[in-house]
Amino acid sequence: MRIRRFTEPVFESLIKICGYSSGFVVLLIIVFLFKEGISFFGSSPVEEGFTMYVHASNPVKDLSAAQIKDVFDQKITNWKALGGADQPIERFSLDELGEAFTEEQLGKDFEFLPKCIDSYMDSLPGSLAFFPSAQTDGKVKSAVPIKIDKITVGKFLSDTEWFPTSRPAARMGVMPLLLGTLLVSFFAIIIALPLGLAAAVYLAEIADERVRKFLKPVIELLAGIPSVVYGFFGLVVIVPLVQSTFNLPVGETALAGSIVLAIMALPTIITVSEDALRTTPRAMKEASLALGASQWQTIRKVVVPYASSGITAAAILGIGRAIGETMAALMVTGNSAIMPPTLLQPVRTIPATIAAELGEAPFGGLHFQALFALGCLLFIITLIISLLVERVSAKRIN
Amino acid sequence: MANKLETIDVNLHYGDFHALKGISLAIPDHSVTALIGPSGCGKSTYLRLFNRMNDLIPNTKITGQVLMDGEDIYKIKSSKIDHLRRTVGMVFQKPNPFPKSIFENVAYGLRVNGISDNSFIENQVEKTLRQAVLWEEVKDKLKKSAFELSGGQQQRLCIARALAIEPTVILMDEPASALDPISTGKIEDLIFELKNQYTIIIVTHNMQQAGRVSDYTGFFYLGNLIEFDKTKKIFTSPSKRETENYITGRFG
Ligand SMILES: Nc1ncnc2c1ncn2[C@@H]1O[C@H](COP(=O)(O)OP(=O)(O)OP(=O)(O)O)[C@@H](O)[C@H]1O
Ligand SMILES: [Mg+2]
Repeated sequence: MRIRRFTEPVFESLIKICGYSSGFVVLLIIVFLFKEGISFFGSSPVEEGFTMYVHASNPVKDLSAAQIKDVFDQKITNWKALGGADQPIERFSLDELGEAFTEEQLGKDFEFLPKCIDSYMDSLPGSLAFFPSAQTDGKVKSAVPIKIDKITVGKFLSDTEWFPTSRPAARMGVMPLLLGTLLVSFFAIIIALPLGLAAAVYLAEIADERVRKFLKPVIELLAGIPSVVYGFFGLVVIVPLVQSTFNLPVGETALAGSIVLAIMALPTIITVSEDALRTTPRAMKEASLALGASQWQTIRKVVVPYASSGITAAAILGIGRAIGETMAALMVTGNSAIMPPTLLQPVRTIPATIAAELGEAPFGGLHFQALFALGCLLFIITLIISLLVERVSAKRIN
Repeated sequence: MANKLETIDVNLHYGDFHALKGISLAIPDHSVTALIGPSGCGKSTYLRLFNRMNDLIPNTKITGQVLMDGEDIYKIKSSKIDHLRRTVGMVFQKPNPFPKSIFENVAYGLRVNGISDNSFIENQVEKTLRQAVLWEEVKDKLKKSAFELSGGQQQRLCIARALAIEPTVILMDEPASALDPISTGKIEDLIFELKNQYTIIIVTHNMQQAGRVSDYTGFFYLGNLIEFDKTKKIFTSPSKRETENYITGRFG
């Protein structure tokens, strides 16, 4: 008695502490994710510590990351295309400087570097230069730093190119990744939902008890297989199959991804919708049969409508599983950010991008932050999905 | 009068449990038969023989003959079972409307039987809702969910639903057990009226009700049919002691 009075409050506070601390940890993770992700916005797409300059007389005073990339890819070669005078663009960075000046001219410790740049820039009215800010800031009279549009949420979402490592200005448009993710996931659901629903109806309404007792655990077991195994299976079986069926140069396509993700989402869809189907009261099925409806009519007109909110929840959960899936997507989708993404071409999904690029992105750099911003986006998408599930299941109870 | 329904030495087992023990009984056409007896004696099980509802329960074994218009309904092809159930309407113990609108609940039986003539369906829905004394209460909210109705209204809806496909036999399993006295009275009036067109079997725990509405009464006890006779006879001078004890309330 005595001991009980003593231990109970201890256990109670222990449980409380566990609850609070795990909740706190989850919050911390989210805060961390968003802190990193949000610091991405507002930064400049130009490599850190560098500045871009144009000749002081050049009327063009600001450029976008996309325009800079086009210039350095030599897609744009004349200032006219950027709203300036009709003169060719001379790209100009430390490499060119090394060719134009001797080591003596530059000085032993590059102490004359700003002067060299200044004189060289002065002679080239059409130049677009790219130099370390420390060497040039305020020291070059003939050139003015060009304003480069900062990365904004709007641009991040609407830019259609993902070249996070391109120099001098990275392009970080999430559009191809987002569309790729959505394409792969929704097509996966289009494949998985009818199959899953059919399997669920079979298990809940048609299969006899012995078959059900065997199949249900097997299907639940499928949910526990690690995704890398599904990815491996996809790579060995689905990818070659897609390639030969559609006569494609590569089999790693959005379609292959959708098929693998569909297989992965099936167990969730089957179990959740089967549970929903089984909640249909027997009295309701009997009422339908007693009116002369066939078993099939009863399933179609009474059982499935009765379970519709559970089935919707199953579909949304399946989509959630597909959207967040990393490993299998990475292994079978081909990972190229083609715009617009199509089914029979390689695509790149958001989680696969994070997994593939995080290792090579310098810690704390722009690319690193961009990947966190992708993480935030993914978090928001899955949050919306869970909210939807909650709303749909809440409806079922009412 | 010809016998609409007849069972000959019917035995039913739920697994090992012997629920109906050699029941032989003939039910005349256009009559109301009440089945009475203590809880668990097999009334519902017996009733569900006639539309083969017991088939849905796994591990049930049925022997003997169940005749409708002289034909053994357990010998028909399994594809004909739907048709059998169309001619034998059923009202269950608890109201069990579909998660559909009031209108669609009544129209359901017509639709699943391939009727798509909307004006016919509309007429039939109104007619049967009137028969079930529900029309006045729901005529302005036919599109509303059937779940918005009270329990008694739901039960009358289920009656209308059963009538809509114009069966020849109606099985009622304690149709008034969840109803107030006024609704019960309305349903009893309805049964009285339906007798001209249908053969009705009603399970009830209410002796007065059995006495008021039925022509014949069967008393079940522990899976046996103890006595079957004209209702008047059963309630005035039953031939078996158990029957007398039960109807006078000296039972259990
Ligand atoms: N699905 C089933 N499986 C096994 N046993 C059953 C099943 N349904 C009914 N029984 C048993 O069969 C017997 C008769 O049941 P039934 O439902 O016919 O009784 P009842 O007379 O309708 O009772 P009540 O007045 O309570 O409705 C009961 O003992 C019951 O336990
Ligand atoms: Mg019963």
